[in-house]
Amino acid sequence: MTTTTGPVRTATAPPISSQVRDYFERVRGGDLGALPAVIGLVVLCVVFASLSPSFLSPINFANLFTQGAGVTVIAMGLVFVLLLGEIDLSAGFASGVCAAVMAVLLTNEGWPWYLSVLAAMLTGVVIGLALGSLVAKLGIPSFVVTLAAFLAFQGVALILLDEGTNISIRDETILAIANGNLSPLLGWLLAVIGVVVYAGLQLIQAHRRAARGLVADSLAVIAVRVGALAVLSGLAVYVLNLERSRNPAIISLTGVPIVVPLIVALLILWTFVLRRTAYGRHVYAVGGNAEAARRAGINVDRIRISAFVICSFMASIGGIVAASRANSVDPNTGGSTVLLFAVGAAVIGGTSLFGGKGRVLDAILGGAVVAVVINGMGLMGYSASVKYVVTGAVLLLSAGVDALSRKRASASGRR
Amino acid sequence: MSQAPVLELRGIDKSFGPVQVLHDVAFSVYPGEVTALVGDNGAGKSTLVKCIGGIHPIDSGEYFFEGEKVHVSGPRDAAAMGVEIVYQDLALCDNLDIVQNMFLGRERRSGLVLDEATMEEMAAKTLSGLSVRTVKSLRQHVSSLSGGQRQTVAIAKAVLWNSKVVILDEPTAALGVAQTAQVLELVRRLADNGLAVVLISHNMNDVFAVSDRIAALYLGRMAAQVKTTEVTHSQIVELITAGRSGELGLPTGNGASA
Ligand SMILES: Nc1ncnc2c1ncn2[C@@H]1O[C@H](COP(=O)(O)OP(=O)(O)OP(=O)(O)O)[C@@H](O)[C@H]1O
Ligand SMILES: [Mg+2]
Repeated sequence: MTTTTGPVRTATAPPISSQVRDYFERVRGGDLGALPAVIGLVVLCVVFASLSPSFLSPINFANLFTQGAGVTVIAMGLVFVLLLGEIDLSAGFASGVCAAVMAVLLTNEGWPWYLSVLAAMLTGVVIGLALGSLVAKLGIPSFVVTLAAFLAFQGVALILLDEGTNISIRDETILAIANGNLSPLLGWLLAVIGVVVYAGLQLIQAHRRAARGLVADSLAVIAVRVGALAVLSGLAVYVLNLERSRNPAIISLTGVPIVVPLIVALLILWTFVLRRTAYGRHVYAVGGNAEAARRAGINVDRIRISAFVICSFMASIGGIVAASRANSVDPNTGGSTVLLFAVGAAVIGGTSLFGGKGRVLDAILGGAVVAVVINGMGLMGYSASVKYVVTGAVLLLSAGVDALSRKRASASGRR
Repeated sequence: MSQAPVLELRGIDKSFGPVQVLHDVAFSVYPGEVTALVGDNGAGKSTLVKCIGGIHPIDSGEYFFEGEKVHVSGPRDAAAMGVEIVYQDLALCDNLDIVQNMFLGRERRSGLVLDEATMEEMAAKTLSGLSVRTVKSLRQHVSSLSGGQRQTVAIAKAVLWNSKVVILDEPTAALGVAQTAQVLELVRRLADNGLAVVLISHNMNDVFAVSDRIAALYLGRMAAQVKTTEVTHSQIVELITAGRSGELGLPTGNGASA
């Protein structure tokens, strides 16, 4: 949908060269998109791989996914709130509260896993409704509302966990979310299906547009996109299917971690919502110009509230993933750096703090950068203190890039 | 007056708290004509337009649309009748492209999914129907457009919906000479296509260049509504500044009491 088309309809597709030129023009105009995240990711990987040989090992590659999953899922939800130019500082502890709800029901009350998960998700939705209503209906700045919630949710988590006990999780299904792997065959199967469906959808869309005389993507462009997806996913599945157990004779450890298809499914769902539905269009509109959206008959309050609901709902899933990975829930689940890393992930990926610009994919790209920084520095033996300083610097850097590109964009009339 | 007005107001009063802004205003808009609405700053032009658009409720008076008495209680009612307003600040979303802006709030869907192809086709058709050729791409973000192009998009958005009355609040105020000419040409073309157009402007040259009728507001009262060919520049200026000119306008001693 980012290709250029003319009002005077021409059925010929723009050649790749002109698309590449358009892209560079956009970048020069300040619309950096995911470029900083992708470049950063490549540079970081090269640096860590050359400094620490174990960085590229299959086990570490798999670790990157499970380490980054929780924060990435929370960041995906935060994108919705950031798109409106709002912020949710409580998303981290909201995930903690939801995880605590699940753990209490699952372990202490003996509920089945699916009901516990449902209750946790419902908790997320209720939290989002409350936060969103305070922001949209009462007009309290989201910064203040969610800062208050940030504090309050810490207390709620403590209450739920009986002033700080640690509830361990023994349910096989929940533990599998962050610790289980797909069978190698299933990994390949999903990758192939994904690539084929993607290629099919692209071709169908191009064909339909061409049939109506609208400018469609050329076959070459589609081939490049599909090829890139095929290579990347094929490479990832191949590496993740390698034996990564230290002691393969005793226990074999192969396959794509289950969090990967989980994140991909969430990515597809929310990308569809943002790019293909009227609701998603209205989210961008409210973020771009709330008054224009209001005059266009869009219920701005409802969009605001719904964004907070989606954010807290995703936080609940992030909390479940984190609980699964830690095998337990304690008052620190979702605490300390989780929120900052999640906001950082979204912003590093290219979602603007000023609203109106961002994608769910940004959260994943940025989440990957954050995960690589933490993981790589851990491998090199740096202490937590240094990791915090570096991650803080990366967040500041990406916010700086965001602000500067916005400045540049308004100078070149592309805001 | 060979034709019946498509929109007619009679005896409109409007107050904001203790301040009465509109006094007994009558106003008629005819299909296929450009009606210029003029008046000094604060005369009540924007307020009158907002009453027509349903943004402000009227205190008393009658509102006729295509001969029928109607009650407009919100922007949705006005839009449903076919009355579209292009506000002075345009109200476009910079981060959306031209098609997305034109269909904002009224997106075409097939099932759950946005029907981008149909929207793009309709937008292209509307723009080419207005003989707009200055935009390079329909998928351009509105932020990258010039002032005149943005105005064009806002106007195209208003005529996309088979609207019958299009009201433009100072569409040329921020534009240069060339772009003003373009927008005025577009305004003229709308009327020639059979729409009723209301143009608010402070520029008498523009008013005389495109309008068929001129309505002059003076301190919240309708001083006169006349055919453009039957008045001179200086008469309109007098109507705007003093409320009357010769036998035209408000009776003596009336206007100043607002
Ligand atoms: N919402 C409001 N509340 C109170 N007073 C208002 C409101 N809107 C307009 N007014 C008053 O009504 C009067 C007419 O304002 P209006 O905006 O209609 O003038 P105008 O003719 O459009 O002027 P301009 O040429 O400067 O745009 C002004 O005195 C203004 O202060
Ligand atoms: Mg005005």
